[in-house]
Amino acid sequence: MTGDTVLQVRNLAVEFDSIDGTVHAVNNVSFDLKRGQTLGVVGESGSGKSVSMMSLLRLIAEPPGKITSGSAVFLPRNGEPVDLLQLPKRWLARIRGDRIGFVFQDPMSSLNPLMTVGEQIAESVRKHTELQGSVCRDRAVELLEHVGIPGAAERYNNYPHQFSGGMRQRVMIAIAIACNPDIIIADEPTTALDVTVQAEIVDRMQKLTKELSISVIWISHDLGVVAGIADVLMVMYGGSVVERGEISRVYSHPRHPYTIGLLGALPKLGAAQKRLVNIGGSPPSLFSPPRQCAFAARCPWVFDRCKAERPPLFFATGSHSEDPSAHGHVTACFYDLEKDRRRDPDETGIDVTAFEVGQQG
Amino acid sequence: MIDRPYVRVDELTQHFPIKRGVVISRKVGAVKAVDGVSFTIRSGETLGLVGESGCGKSTTGRSILRLYRPTSGRVLLDDVDITALKPDELREMRPKMQMIFQDSYSSLNPRHSVAKIVAEPMVIQGEKDGTKLRHRVQELLDLVGLDADHAKRFPHEFSGGQRQRIGIARALALNPSFVVCDEPISALDVSIQAQVVNLLAALQRELGLTYLFIAHDLSMVRHISHRIAVMYLGRIMEQADYDELFRMPMHPYTQSLMSAVPIPEPSVEKARTRMILKGDVPSPARPPSGCVFHTRCPFATERCSFEVPEPREIRDRHAVACHNVDDVFVGSQIEAQRSAIVESLESAAGEGPDRAFASMDTGA
Amino acid sequence: MRIDALDQENVRSPFQRALRIVLRDKTGLIGVFLFGTVLFCAVFAAYIVPHSPIEQNLRISRQPPGWHEAGDWEYPLGTDNLGRDMLSRIIYGSRVSLTVGFFGVLIAMSIGMLLGLVAGYLGGTIDNVIMGVANLFLAIPYLLLVVVVAAVLGRSLINVILIFGFTNAPLFVRITRGEVLRIRKSGYVESAVSLGAKPGRIIFGHILPNLIGPLLTVATFEMSGMIFYEAGLGFLGLSVPPGIPSWGNMLAAGRQYIQFSPWIAAFPGLAIVFTSLGMNLLGDWLRDVLDPRMRRSAS
Repeated sequence: MTGDTVLQVRNLAVEFDSIDGTVHAVNNVSFDLKRGQTLGVVGESGSGKSVSMMSLLRLIAEPPGKITSGSAVFLPRNGEPVDLLQLPKRWLARIRGDRIGFVFQDPMSSLNPLMTVGEQIAESVRKHTELQGSVCRDRAVELLEHVGIPGAAERYNNYPHQFSGGMRQRVMIAIAIACNPDIIIADEPTTALDVTVQAEIVDRMQKLTKELSISVIWISHDLGVVAGIADVLMVMYGGSVVERGEISRVYSHPRHPYTIGLLGALPKLGAAQKRLVNIGGSPPSLFSPPRQCAFAARCPWVFDRCKAERPPLFFATGSHSEDPSAHGHVTACFYDLEKDRRRDPDETGIDVTAFEVGQQG
Repeated sequence: MIDRPYVRVDELTQHFPIKRGVVISRKVGAVKAVDGVSFTIRSGETLGLVGESGCGKSTTGRSILRLYRPTSGRVLLDDVDITALKPDELREMRPKMQMIFQDSYSSLNPRHSVAKIVAEPMVIQGEKDGTKLRHRVQELLDLVGLDADHAKRFPHEFSGGQRQRIGIARALALNPSFVVCDEPISALDVSIQAQVVNLLAALQRELGLTYLFIAHDLSMVRHISHRIAVMYLGRIMEQADYDELFRMPMHPYTQSLMSAVPIPEPSVEKARTRMILKGDVPSPARPPSGCVFHTRCPFATERCSFEVPEPREIRDRHAVACHNVDDVFVGSQIEAQRSAIVESLESAAGEGPDRAFASMDTGA
Repeated sequence: MRIDALDQENVRSPFQRALRIVLRDKTGLIGVFLFGTVLFCAVFAAYIVPHSPIEQNLRISRQPPGWHEAGDWEYPLGTDNLGRDMLSRIIYGSRVSLTVGFFGVLIAMSIGMLLGLVAGYLGGTIDNVIMGVANLFLAIPYLLLVVVVAAVLGRSLINVILIFGFTNAPLFVRITRGEVLRIRKSGYVESAVSLGAKPGRIIFGHILPNLIGPLLTVATFEMSGMIFYEAGLGFLGLSVPPGIPSWGNMLAAGRQYIQFSPWIAAFPGLAIVFTSLGMNLLGDWLRDVLDPRMRRSAS
């Protein structure tokens, strides 16, 4: 699975100018994406998860947005590596939707309501591949079948409003894979869907991207959905990456207090416990420059250093590899680095006792 | 806990007419949003009402509170038939039953301060004493975990979780005994969802509240519910105590819901047994004949397409509306599916974050 | 933004914020300035005019503006064909325009709000009847109505105001009804109903306050439109009697001299354009300012 790197982001920072002050939306975000790999980006609203990914392709409004630093080297299958953040906008437009596809939360806003869904897919095929003429139509029908739309040949002539939410999202996926991109950025693609539909879309997306070895950046607020689809997990909080690592490692050995609290706050169907962790307080204000740990105000383990500087990413206790490109487990926490929380690295389970826990039943 | 139903809903039906014509409109059909729903909630307990979008769960909540006039059926709150009340009598009953809304943004008047919003219920009920009102507002804000000086601020200055707390404070202002929580956490971030659910649970214990908790997925519901009802296209498919339902989901629809809820555990999530439903939810304006679920049910037989299954108590306090669940042949298939789904969920229970709770249970 | 943002040191002070909002929306500032100037002229016309707006002096008839080589700074914008000071006439003309605009909108909005509220709140047959009549009204060509009324009742300011008021009411009915339907469906009204609130409380406590913002914005645009149309009617000789200085009348009078004395038509024309522009910009600005949600938003 760990093939060559397809996207290398370093020290990305994005700010927004607002009436109330400067919003430091993304601070110092770095990550690598391998070919065929799915990167799950998890965080709550305002964590910078969407903004950081959208800013890679300059899809944020500028102004008020501004990319203040960083690089994002994109290494396509056939072509020279380019730094997306240095490219002229004109070139970027050719990469968007061609080498890098998108699936958004609300498919209705991305689909043309006056054009049949089939034509929209065929258009994408025509624009981004060598195919011409009626072959495009056949390919579009094939893609509709691929994404699991029954009666694809008849549905070709339907308009977006004749489709249900789940069906539309499937069409978006078909459009995204039509040009066989290197990367698909999926921004909360299943959030607006019912759980039973979500399960199917996640399934479908996973199969298709693995088949075509497309890398996926799956942005979500739901640790459950990501658990099923991602190979690598990146947890964001207050505009920074707080933890990153191979997915099963992060879930079984979470190191950052926020990840620990979040996992404890999630209800689990099969589990015997009936209690949920309370992460007190509210998400941080992003007006302050990143001078302290973003989670300091809500962290039960906070100590003086956390308030004096923002922790960079360290290799977590027990990370098996210290090679950054091999997705060693990293976390941005001074407590993990300094204090005696270096428990037995192989111990699983999470100590949530430091958090306030609700009583149930 | 008193073992008598505090809320009793009998064959509640809520149809909305579909009208055509501009000046002289005529009825051309009806959306059967709620179609013969019955359940009871015991005093101080919570019934979780679960279903996907468009299943009529929110309409059920609103009909019970008489925000709509039910088409037929009865709702008894503390032995008073709410559906039969005249407007004045209904107004007198209002303080006892309250609602917490999903969208905390639109449910708070943007032009009113928090103090005004929280005091409104008391003002409506005729309280004019300013000092008393201020005092009670402070008390309520304190109860839901907001600062006293938040009273002067306006809704748009708050985060989603805090706005939801304001909504809860308003709902509690008149000391209600029954609260309908209409997806109160769906719009919130995960870490905030747990805060609100914990708050609601604490308030229930403290004030002895009875809840109808409406949600679109099963995971959060189980953390607050004593009993759970699963709804599909205006009807209740299955109803049982929470642990019973999670151990023995008998209706194929409940099973599909359970198998679809994502589990935050990669090893489980990637390997579990899923039951993927075909197609979409049909329109409630033209529900399928017979069992409304038969068009998507993998176990449907011919009988399902013309005969409506009535809820039957298959096990103790566990009712299922399915013809085939105890059928010799199909029933065993459903049973096999159930055990596969539940087992793959159970395997998640032993691992990961929950271990830590085991040691805490003894202390609590 | 969120409340915890308020406790942060890096948030701008209220004064800085207010300054930023004003500076950020420069077009709004222009709107306020333009409208403010016209309003000032209308209110203090008697004190600021350099000459009488109606006193004729044929010796100085059609004198060009002050900066023209044949002009005289005594009459900065020149004089018209009867030797009346253009500047003074334009200043007085603002009175007619603003009176028509203000009272026209007041009438239209009062009728519209009342009927729209009834239609939207009660619904059913009443709604159908009100909306039917409103649509019927919209179908009447207002110009024809003006001609008929002017012919029957004579030319007067009141007639113009009444006609504008009634013909524009249907628009306010529609907007009010739409807003009422939207607000009625909102959670806070639903909550008030579930609390046992009576209709009066819902209308005066929840619906009306939330109606004011959108309606005021529309009112500004409508006022601008009425000022424009009043000038048009004046030009056609259907508005106020010729003796009263109004921009439309001046425009009409200047038409025949446009070749040799273009300023006689140009200045009232410019006054109309700038007033109209100012009001439109003001409307845009009001829409943002009156929305409480816009007062504190991140972007």
